[in-house]
Amino acid sequence: MESIAVVGASLAGLRAVETLRREGFDGRLTLIGAEPHLPYDRPPLSKVMLAGEWDETKLSLRANPYDDLDLDLRLATRAAGLDLDPARRAVLLDDGSRVAADGILLATGSQARTMDGLPGNELDGVCTLRTVDDARDIATRLDASPRVVVVGAGFIGSEVAATCRGRGLDVTVLEALPQPMVRGLGPMLGAVCAQLHRDHGVDLHLGAGVEGFEGDGRVERVRLVDGRTVDADLVIVGIGVVPVTGWLEGSGLTLDNGVVCDATLRAAPGVVAAGDVCRWPNPLFDDELMRLEHWTNAAEQGVAAALRLVRTGPDEAGAEPFAPVPFVWSDQYDVKIQSAGRFTGEDEVAIVHGTTEEYRFVALFGRAGRLIGALAFSRPRNLMQYRRMIFERTSFAAALEHAHAAG
Amino acid sequence: MKIVVDFDKCESNAVCMGIAPEVFEVRDDDFLYILQEEPDESLRPKMEEAVRMCPKLAISIEG
Repeated sequence: MESIAVVGASLAGLRAVETLRREGFDGRLTLIGAEPHLPYDRPPLSKVMLAGEWDETKLSLRANPYDDLDLDLRLATRAAGLDLDPARRAVLLDDGSRVAADGILLATGSQARTMDGLPGNELDGVCTLRTVDDARDIATRLDASPRVVVVGAGFIGSEVAATCRGRGLDVTVLEALPQPMVRGLGPMLGAVCAQLHRDHGVDLHLGAGVEGFEGDGRVERVRLVDGRTVDADLVIVGIGVVPVTGWLEGSGLTLDNGVVCDATLRAAPGVVAAGDVCRWPNPLFDDELMRLEHWTNAAEQGVAAALRLVRTGPDEAGAEPFAPVPFVWSDQYDVKIQSAGRFTGEDEVAIVHGTTEEYRFVALFGRAGRLIGALAFSRPRNLMQYRRMIFERTSFAAALEHAHAAG
Repeated sequence: MKIVVDFDKCESNAVCMGIAPEVFEVRDDDFLYILQEEPDESLRPKMEEAVRMCPKLAISIEG
């Protein structure tokens, strides 16, 4: 393999090019990024970057200089398609040029889901948060002490709400479902998340669907489906993300809520994917097709997809399945929420290592007798032990026994 | 090889402990403790993984 193109210059793409060079790949290595910025860290965007002083040094993802990687770096450059013909494999750019590459790694990530189509969505002050430019814009607006309305009580919305409360702002959170994160956590733990917001002074409305935004040029209020209105100077919509795959339509790759790959992250001969855009069967969880939108997966999968490209021979020998235990963290108020594994609100759940009232506990999730997930509030040590047990396919009974023995 | 943690950045996510419990330990007080400041060279790949996977980029290797 003499040339590799990595499409997407965020965490997965960066960890991929770092891995390729560490593995001794010395051919032409092109890193293509749609944003004008070098790769940067996104988790701080909803936390410290909105908390007060704007300090971009907090976003660095790399201690060493980029020159060490000897990249053909194409920032502010959009990929428009692929040519998968093995004789002339290439990434097509939107200026009509081509980047020829023997190997291609797709890591274009995801973008914020918007409320396009709702009346007033185009009003000034209706924002989403995904990029550093989004964050800088929101940070500037927060300086004017607006009444903040957050739409969506998922991770991003909850973190934004917590950060804004930390600044002493009036915050209303509107969640369409009966509890925050109820699909992922179930009603009991969703209620814990709801109480955490309320304890910190958030005006939380559950079952509150948004009908539209109203104002004269600028947003002034949010209209709910039930007819009520909530006054707002700034609306931050945090209703999830969608994978950036539009540019791959017609490329020949299988697209279905992401780029569908095999268990070894291969999307097509010479093409692999990593990060938010990748959907692959995880052997650790009965080959469930997973697409993960979290920092740790982007980092781990960027490494794994890069190794898949350079360590696998032409006959595909040596290709290994990617079988991680998903891991997510979210900092809200003074609570560190961490989750490991793959669970839903439908699974068996047990609270150990504390109580939900003190916001310091672990919830263990079991399915078919196996420990499949753990959610911790400010219990990082325990959580990481359960992450390992999930990897080791520990039974739910053995996990409970471990918890009770540890006290 | 010396392991250096920037404790101003560390938020005790314990990812490093998951990778190398023989070197990194987050205790019940939620603080990270370094069990071996100069781990054996055979642990270098694990140490490099811990550097890469730290959510706060708080770990570095000297030497």
